[in-house]
Amino acid sequence: MNSSLLYTLVGVVLLGMGLYRLVIDPHLVKKILALNISGAGVFLFLVAVANRTPGAVPDPVPHAMVLTGIVVAVSATAVALGLACRIQETKGTTELSENEPE
Amino acid sequence: MNLNDFLQPLALPAWIVSLPLSAAGLSVALPKIGKPAAIFTAVATSMLVVMLGGEVLLHGAIQMQVGGWPAPLGISLHADGLSAAMLAIACLIAGVVTFYAASYFSTEGAPRTFWPLWLFLWAALNALFLSGDIFNLYVTLELLGLSAVSLVALSRSAEALPAAMRYLLVSLTGSLSYLMGVALLYAANGTLDLNTLAAAGPGMPSISTAFALMAAGLVMKSALFPMHFWLPPAHANAPAPVSAALSALVVKGSIYILMRLWLTLFEPLINPGAADLIGLMAAIAILWGSIQALLAQRLKMLVAYSTVAQIGYIFLVFPLSSMPTAGQTAWQGGLYFVLSHACAKAAVFLAAGNVIYSVGHDRISELKGIVRRLPVSMFAFALAGVSLIGLPPSGGFVAKWLYLNAALKAGYWWWAVLIMSGGLLATAYVFRFFSRAFSYSADTVEGRPVPWIMEWAAFVLASCAVILGLTAPVVIELFTAGQPF
Repeated sequence: MNSSLLYTLVGVVLLGMGLYRLVIDPHLVKKILALNISGAGVFLFLVAVANRTPGAVPDPVPHAMVLTGIVVAVSATAVALGLACRIQETKGTTELSENEPE
Repeated sequence: MNLNDFLQPLALPAWIVSLPLSAAGLSVALPKIGKPAAIFTAVATSMLVVMLGGEVLLHGAIQMQVGGWPAPLGISLHADGLSAAMLAIACLIAGVVTFYAASYFSTEGAPRTFWPLWLFLWAALNALFLSGDIFNLYVTLELLGLSAVSLVALSRSAEALPAAMRYLLVSLTGSLSYLMGVALLYAANGTLDLNTLAAAGPGMPSISTAFALMAAGLVMKSALFPMHFWLPPAHANAPAPVSAALSALVVKGSIYILMRLWLTLFEPLINPGAADLIGLMAAIAILWGSIQALLAQRLKMLVAYSTVAQIGYIFLVFPLSSMPTAGQTAWQGGLYFVLSHACAKAAVFLAAGNVIYSVGHDRISELKGIVRRLPVSMFAFALAGVSLIGLPPSGGFVAKWLYLNAALKAGYWWWAVLIMSGGLLATAYVFRFFSRAFSYSADTVEGRPVPWIMEWAAFVLASCAVILGLTAPVVIELFTAGQPF
């Protein structure tokens, strides 16, 4: 097994783990962390794509995509955490209730 | 580089993206100029979009490499008839809503972050419709989602915040799924440019996985049944101008990307099962959304569930266009749905916003005789309702007519039955509100007066939905300019 394949597999597994926790965990901060883990999985996959021909110079385009993706992920996380704080201030809870009243 | 380079038609796409973007940046730095900057953007962008539309109609598609950097590393902007039509509708609605918002927030002043977020939303939409590469589409999709979520959260009410949070989580998950699809396509082809990918053709490996991931992500973001659950609370609890823009334009962003990918990349490779699955989800969306609209207690909830149903209609374009001999007509119908729903839904949300502005609530059962207090808004609601139901001579009628033609041409009569019954349900939920709004009641509903700009903004958009029905040949010519399909 070469390293590129290992990174690909780890990336896919991380993506799956993140999505699973995102769905089942009611706590908002844990949901946000789970999304970040899924994001890291996609980034790892892209890093493996950059290195798909062993021995050659890595492809810079996926690296640029990962960098852009990190910027997007940081801003998205900031918005999400800000919202979570606001929800805790107004409703006193860090979970989304199952059935919001209309 | 001399002055001519900045003014030639090829530079138009760059101007259309950078104008709202720089206005947004400026209004972050100087909050006082937010409102004038937005109004300037509305006027200037309209002129630029008209120029772009004329250019595309006369000379065909425009392809631009930003800064002169070619495709693999640079950013390419691509404008054909489809992009021009989407830009025009975005510009019309965002422009009118800008004036509406200026008036809506005039008493207590807009929240400090409203104008910058509004302009970022607009810039993201313009960039999305002009982007010619799948990774830039991801970036614009994220910018659009983040500004839309922040706008929903602006009202800070106990209903709006969880709605915004749920919207954000769905939106981010959808983008991640889309990004994974982008990564797979890049791994297989070594390019992100849409045209180059299309040329690589059906031989691509792992394309069906990429399609599944991208389509799933975009379906989540477009709120197609069963991923619609986040939309009604988010759209119904946002401030009125935001609700209008979200339902009319923001969901159309992700639908546009799916249409674009389908047309350039996936159409020849899709097996009929995938199109039928989307068709099934669309059919349930039409029925479920309409029934929920019929049961809604609040006017804005009714309107938001109507969006769920209308999104179902728009998604019918995928199964209909994949039938032999129906493709062209179905695409025209789908795009007509996008345009006429955008106008009609923005008008209806603005009218509902006027009701809340005046009366302070939107409980349907307590709005008896509201027409006497808000005659113009209610007339706008009625005109837009005509288009939502699909009665002639509205844009909604042309869209349904094209769909029916496509379905009957291909000999699939059950789609025609679905399209007709969706229209009946729409009649029911629109008239359920009308029967109260237009009924006589001895005591008029108490409320404060609504500024005339807000009433007429709803009216202008509603008339556009009707005018779309009368100008079908011109609009269809614009769609087909530059052969997007």
